[in-house]
Amino acid sequence: MSAQPASPAKQPPSLWARILDSDILASFLRSKVTMVAAVIVLVLFIGAFFSPWIAPTNPFDPATVFLSDANIPPAWQQGGDPKFILGTDDQGRDLYSAILYGLRVSLIVGLLGVALAATIGITLGLLAGYLGGRVDSLIMRIADVQLTFPAILIALLIDGVVRGIFKHANREDTALYVLVISIGLSFWVQYARTIRGSTLVERNKDYVQAARLVGLPAPLIMLRHVLPNVIGPVLVILTINLALAVITEATLSFLGVGLPPTQPSLGTLISIGNRYLFSGDWWIVTFPGVTLAVLVLAVNLLGDWLRDALNPRLR
Amino acid sequence: MSFKTHCLAAVAALALMCGAVQAQTLRYANQGELKSLDPYTVNETTTNAHLGHPYEGLTARGKDLKIEPALAEKWEISPDGLKWRFFLRKGVKFHDGSDFTADDVIFSADRVRAQGSNFTTRIPTSAKFVKVDDHTVDVVLTAPNPILNAQWDTWYIMSKKWAEANNAVAPTPAAATTPSHASLNANGTGPYKIESHQPGVKTVFKLNENYWKKIEGNIKEVIFTPISSDATRVAALLSGEVDVIEPVPIQDIQRVNASGNAQVLTGPELRTIFLGFDQTRDELLESSVKGKNPFKDPKVRQAFFQAIDIETIKSRVMRGLSTPSPLMIAPELYPHAGFIRAKFDTEAAKKLLAEAGYPNGFELGMDCPNDRYVNDGQICQAVVGMLARIGVKVNLNAQPKAQYFAKVLKPGGYKTSFYLLGWTPGTFDSHNVLYDILGCRDVAGSSRGESNLGNYCNKKVDELTDKILVESDTAKRNAMIGEAYKMTVDEFSYIPLHQQALAWGVSKKVKLAQRADNSVLLYYATKEQ
Amino acid sequence: MLAFVLRRLFQSLIVMLAVALIAFTMFRFVGDPVNQMVGVDTPQEQVAQLRQTLGLDEPVVVQFARYIYNAARLEFGVSYQFRLPVISLLGERAPATLELAFMSALFSLLVGIPMGVYTALRRDSWLAKIFQTVSLVGISLPTFLIGILLIYLFSVTLGWLPSFGRGEVVKLGNWWTTGLLTASGWKALILPSITLGLFQMTLIMRLVRAEMLEVLRTDYIKFARARGLKTRAIHFGHALKNTLVPVITIAGLQLGSIIAFAIITETVFQWPGMGLLFLKAVQQVDIPIMAAYLMLISFLFVTINLIVDLLYALVDPRLRATIGAH
Repeated sequence: MSAQPASPAKQPPSLWARILDSDILASFLRSKVTMVAAVIVLVLFIGAFFSPWIAPTNPFDPATVFLSDANIPPAWQQGGDPKFILGTDDQGRDLYSAILYGLRVSLIVGLLGVALAATIGITLGLLAGYLGGRVDSLIMRIADVQLTFPAILIALLIDGVVRGIFKHANREDTALYVLVISIGLSFWVQYARTIRGSTLVERNKDYVQAARLVGLPAPLIMLRHVLPNVIGPVLVILTINLALAVITEATLSFLGVGLPPTQPSLGTLISIGNRYLFSGDWWIVTFPGVTLAVLVLAVNLLGDWLRDALNPRLR
Repeated sequence: MSFKTHCLAAVAALALMCGAVQAQTLRYANQGELKSLDPYTVNETTTNAHLGHPYEGLTARGKDLKIEPALAEKWEISPDGLKWRFFLRKGVKFHDGSDFTADDVIFSADRVRAQGSNFTTRIPTSAKFVKVDDHTVDVVLTAPNPILNAQWDTWYIMSKKWAEANNAVAPTPAAATTPSHASLNANGTGPYKIESHQPGVKTVFKLNENYWKKIEGNIKEVIFTPISSDATRVAALLSGEVDVIEPVPIQDIQRVNASGNAQVLTGPELRTIFLGFDQTRDELLESSVKGKNPFKDPKVRQAFFQAIDIETIKSRVMRGLSTPSPLMIAPELYPHAGFIRAKFDTEAAKKLLAEAGYPNGFELGMDCPNDRYVNDGQICQAVVGMLARIGVKVNLNAQPKAQYFAKVLKPGGYKTSFYLLGWTPGTFDSHNVLYDILGCRDVAGSSRGESNLGNYCNKKVDELTDKILVESDTAKRNAMIGEAYKMTVDEFSYIPLHQQALAWGVSKKVKLAQRADNSVLLYYATKEQ
Repeated sequence: MLAFVLRRLFQSLIVMLAVALIAFTMFRFVGDPVNQMVGVDTPQEQVAQLRQTLGLDEPVVVQFARYIYNAARLEFGVSYQFRLPVISLLGERAPATLELAFMSALFSLLVGIPMGVYTALRRDSWLAKIFQTVSLVGISLPTFLIGILLIYLFSVTLGWLPSFGRGEVVKLGNWWTTGLLTASGWKALILPSITLGLFQMTLIMRLVRAEMLEVLRTDYIKFARARGLKTRAIHFGHALKNTLVPVITIAGLQLGSIIAFAIITETVFQWPGMGLLFLKAVQQVDIPIMAAYLMLISFLFVTINLIVDLLYALVDPRLRATIGAH
């Protein structure tokens, strides 16, 4: 994740310093559940992003997929084929490879969407908190409106509008962008609110006042001085949002407005598998479903731990 | 207090009602919604079947699809074939109690051909309807047409008085934005009345006790609900919440049959599923080949044909429930004897492509519906894989039918390079296939080739088609049809894939006749007490 | 106080206008109403005439004003798919959605609060740990998957509960239909309510737990304990009571997202509500329904927010200054 702490600044405790200083590390080592979750997340991320090298086949390349291999059960079941450890889907794609590639698609959508949301949210939050006044109330009113609309609704609306505008566009080309934009536009408020709150506090501290007196331009102060000191809580939101974004993507794909079956994400795989739930081909829905649940669960656990660790009151 | 009593009364009334009618109530769920009750709005099999309960035509089709008399008791054709006389059934009443007469037929003939109707092809524009007396109508033609009444079973007769009184004289067009009385209410002569209609939610049909003939089934009330989710629809059947569902996803057939409380009626459907090419533009809309259209070369079309492994599609995607077809028509409607599919042969296909000047293949877009035909999306995906093996990279655009049809059909300007479509000839006759799917589209003002999306065109086929229309000698006619098909097959005009199977889920308590055109007609249904 | 109320009302109005602008833009520009009405072969003069009769040649500002005027009278145009006024379609389906939302909110409160209290009081018991894990699984499994699993288990395998629809409904008055007066209606409500309420339930449980832990740490409770009050009295009389205000506020605010998440639940269970209608509209690009749904839902949200804010102000005048930033 892109939580690169800004350069160890000259000002009072930077984030990195605080992490090392505090007993966050210790609390991490203390909690076994968190460590397991971290390992799982790591494994899933590696699996996803190195899928072209790890996966035995490339399920996105139709030339390597043979329909005659369709609906083969997992290797350990009767009728299974050792070539396909977790079995195959309705097109004959190796499910194990499809899950790795699908995981990558899901994570890319999730990460890009959350990154977009964080960028919008942090920018607006800094502006609102630092500038105050009319800018602040305008941004916060927009945030209020936005907060009332759940992500899924906004994503569906954006999708509907995009379909209306680009009537004949190929979904293979547009789906990914639509998903990222939908998630980005619907998740930014939390960041904006958090950043604004902390910025309001930081703004009046001595080091900011000093920087202002020296005559540093406002954008520089915001980015170099305020941001590193308010970013802590954002990490928590980022983590929990990633889990939410992955679920949102899966849901949209399930509802048929997400990624097409030729480039399946985890959600698309689940919705494909859902068709075969009654017919006994349980593996098509189960393995992607379990992968999704495990990923979200592990990310959530990390988020939970991070929130507790960063919240001194609970320690 | 009054509120409470009101409710209690309602509950009591409901309980009573349930007890009384439960036995002969049949609950039916279909994948699609019943959007408009106006019988001239959408020409689609499912909608036509739904509306075949409150409405009926001058003719009907029996369980074996043979033409039978309905509102017309009999008809006579003049020796020159230019005048058809229809003798109408006497004593028939519309649901509102008014009498059925020749005026209603003439009114319906005008309405069905008016602007906004989706059924204009049911009657030739030049045909004149003349009232002889209250129960006799003449149809005067400008040219003989032996299959004039072939599609009249779904040209439903409406009441003139009712339409005039309710401001519903004009048909409700599919794109209408103002509600019309006829799209929310129905007044036919059919075996069932519409009791209530909530578009997209529920429609209740009540038996018409005054129907002019005794129906085969014993159902007093039909409750129709659309359930679009496959899993939910199957679950509803398995748990006994509905008695009949259409369609059963083919992968679930075994499960339904094994359940013990329901079974699947399967049978060959008359619809042919096929792939079509854009053969008319000088450059394909979506392709890496610029400046020319590869599909104008029959070798490329043959290469595509031979690249497709239809048997694997049958065994995997269709789970054995399809009949691979060499022709664009089902064997029940025209025998396939003498025709075989070009062999599946990837190497031969590659060679053909190389000969045509594409040794490394090319890239192109493909359009496909994903909720219209049995496993249509999966078939297209499989085709993409098979074409990839001969070097053709296909960008698949699979969409819900509404958007798909809006793009590829006539109103959308035929915007497609390569597509999947299904076709059942409405007349159950080869002429319809030769005229609509294989006819040249280039004559302005003619409806020939309207569904020939890629505009495959061979004037010789057109000439034969015109002769076939007026030929009344069956043997000669069939020979001519065979000749026409032969030409289109030799040129690889299309890639016919298969005839899909019908799959209706029916509760063990219900007996139902399955018609091969996939019309679910519940007046054939009997349910055990 | 009056000034605050007026300001808040004004703000809500601005919000609604902003939403109306979005809805109008969708209605007018994304789904050009004329293009939906005519065929490709309609002559140009006829198209122009149609534009004129619909007032589409007037300045956009005038059109927007007319859209708002119509929206205020609940006239949102006609659905492309059903050829019926959008408002009658939405009105017909609103009771289904509202009943479902209400039942699942009730479920999430009735189950979530006790679970939250328990996990806070018995932090280290194994049952609390199970609750915690279950709650995490609850937010980790997508709603649609939960729905499918419930259908598979309770409708198909066990055959206890219906898999779709509302069961038998009773008409109350002219426009309300209810499933709460029949046995089959109640049965039909169970699975969808649980599916829809599970996510909120875990939220509430976690919220109650966090709030309880917080409150239990305060001096006020310590003081009560020091005074020798019974543990039970402290926990339920003081701690829980103090927890409930924020919980109920959040639950109120969450009503909006319950209605939005109903889209998924209604799709899985074929529940004839507004969410299913909206999803179909998105799939079919039925812009009038999408625009109207947006307007109605935002009106609902804005109203709920307004009421919550005003109640807060009424209860705690100190909050007035910071309202809007909870």
